[in-house]
Amino acid sequence: MTSSLSEVANAHVTKAPSIRAAGTGLEARGVHAWFTKHHALADVSLDFAPGTVTALIGPSGCGKSTFIRTLNRMHEFIPGAAMAGEVLLDGKDVYAPGVDVTKIRLQIGMVFQKPNPFPSMTIGENVLSGLKLAQVKVDNKDDLLEECLERAGLWKEVKDRLGAHGGSLSGGQQQRLCIARALAVRPQVLLMDEPCSALDPGSTLRIEETIRHLSDTMTIVIVTHNMQQAARVSDSTAFFLSDGGPGQMIEFAPTSEIFSRPKDKRTEDYVTGRFG
Amino acid sequence: MTTVAPRKPWAATPADRLRDLAIFLLSAVLSYLVVAVTPAKGKLAYVGLFFIFYSVASGIAGWIKFGRRSAADLFIKTLIGLMAFVTVLPILSILTTVIAKGYRGINLNIFKTDMSLNAPTDPLNVGGLLHAITGTVILVSVALVLSVPLGILTALYITEVKGRFTKPIKFLVQAMSGVPSIVAGLFILSAVLYPITKAYSGFMASLALTILMIPTIARTSEEVLKLIPNDLREAGVALGGTQWRTVAMIVLPAARSGLMTAVILGIARIAGETAPLLLLSGGGDKVNPNPFHDPMGSLPYYIWKSFNAGSPEAITRAWAGLLVLITIVLILFTAARLLSTRKVK
Repeated sequence: MTSSLSEVANAHVTKAPSIRAAGTGLEARGVHAWFTKHHALADVSLDFAPGTVTALIGPSGCGKSTFIRTLNRMHEFIPGAAMAGEVLLDGKDVYAPGVDVTKIRLQIGMVFQKPNPFPSMTIGENVLSGLKLAQVKVDNKDDLLEECLERAGLWKEVKDRLGAHGGSLSGGQQQRLCIARALAVRPQVLLMDEPCSALDPGSTLRIEETIRHLSDTMTIVIVTHNMQQAARVSDSTAFFLSDGGPGQMIEFAPTSEIFSRPKDKRTEDYVTGRFG
Repeated sequence: MTTVAPRKPWAATPADRLRDLAIFLLSAVLSYLVVAVTPAKGKLAYVGLFFIFYSVASGIAGWIKFGRRSAADLFIKTLIGLMAFVTVLPILSILTTVIAKGYRGINLNIFKTDMSLNAPTDPLNVGGLLHAITGTVILVSVALVLSVPLGILTALYITEVKGRFTKPIKFLVQAMSGVPSIVAGLFILSAVLYPITKAYSGFMASLALTILMIPTIARTSEEVLKLIPNDLREAGVALGGTQWRTVAMIVLPAARSGLMTAVILGIARIAGETAPLLLLSGGGDKVNPNPFHDPMGSLPYYIWKSFNAGSPEAITRAWAGLLVLITIVLILFTAARLLSTRKVK
């Protein structure tokens, strides 16, 4: 298991710092999160370099999803939520007073676990919905539509039925539609919360290709339960774990190292499948 | 390659059908016999006994064929089928009665003239209920214009804004849906009509109808909005939408058919409402297109007035009015249904 994962992780070239120019970086500093009284996440500091893919792995309930939702301020949507720490987008704290939260979410896009195309809209309207929601003006909508669907790997399949309902697509296509929708507002960072957990292997592969492709121009953070997936798509991997208390970040390293020479015993146990 | 004909191996065989018919007839004969030999008398006894016999006989047949578990299943299934039939029965009965008694009062004339020159006791070929139809349509429309925005905004406050007053407002809306219509009428009478306008008008009646309609719309909308998955709201704000734009662009369109149902239920609540109209509308006999001035007739008022007049002609007029009222409500229902299920292209 260990060897195969590390082989997978080594199979793709981790980006050298020199070509990490594209996109904007994201930095979490001492992030804590609470749900009412429950301390769900403690003191996570992570640096997401521009133009890289970072995978967050760990057993269920270790705070990965909570963490990713603090990054684009979706955490505050849950009643009773609280947080501490800083999240720096391009050096500026997204939680600073006076920050327009809708602008933050425009720059940090999100793809959810379950495909959630808007039911009242067609495929085309779904892709462009972000522009209308955030009232962003675009000169040529048709070009943007094609570009986003192309980048999400869906254009060939839907170009003749852009007027059909989003719900008429298969699960994998719906998820790629949601990715296209997230891309249309041109975010600098894309957060993906287990984007393939409801999909078949074929659709998963398509989405992984999409992720590799997108990382040329943006910073991607992906939560996944599938370690093969983490090994295949990510440049760096962070391992989260909860020992009954709040979830913590145990180890953060280049993906090839996490899967071949993890420094922490707990990481090794997890990636070799001894627990979790 | 041989072609295979589609079959339904689970469908009832002729023998099954024969058995079902036998059970049905047996139950009918049994209930007849029991009524004949015991003190139980009357139509109700027939129906009640038939229910029991039919359900039990179906159950026993199931027992013989498949065993005990199937017996309970068939017994309950038959009972539920019969109960559903009983629920529909009064509705069918009302419809047939209204049609049977009212059709003689229906002619083209009643859609062209009003009662300003006639009394309800006049022969059926003179006078009409144009004033009542226009009145009801205006009263309901004004009430709709007032209560749909208020009702849906109230529901949005409860489900989307979730402000500090959510709980008390929810409680008040629930309590308000039980307000008797006469109370709404008296409230408008004492709070608006006597102190301010000092005159009967359609608008006063519409205000009372609005009070009755808001809770129905608000509660139904609330239930509908609660069913919209939270995923969609999160997706909306994650794309950089403000809460208002997310609600307006995603939540409300997704809930459209349900909201339409809420409006239909609101109309159903008030269309036949009579008490507040008696107190507030003044009930004119002349077509009055202005809800803010002069008394306004309406179908419930017309029906009430005609029944009170008491002569055979007047009573036929009342039934005809009922028929028209039911037809209008049915048309509204159908229209709203069609609108709400229309496919987005």
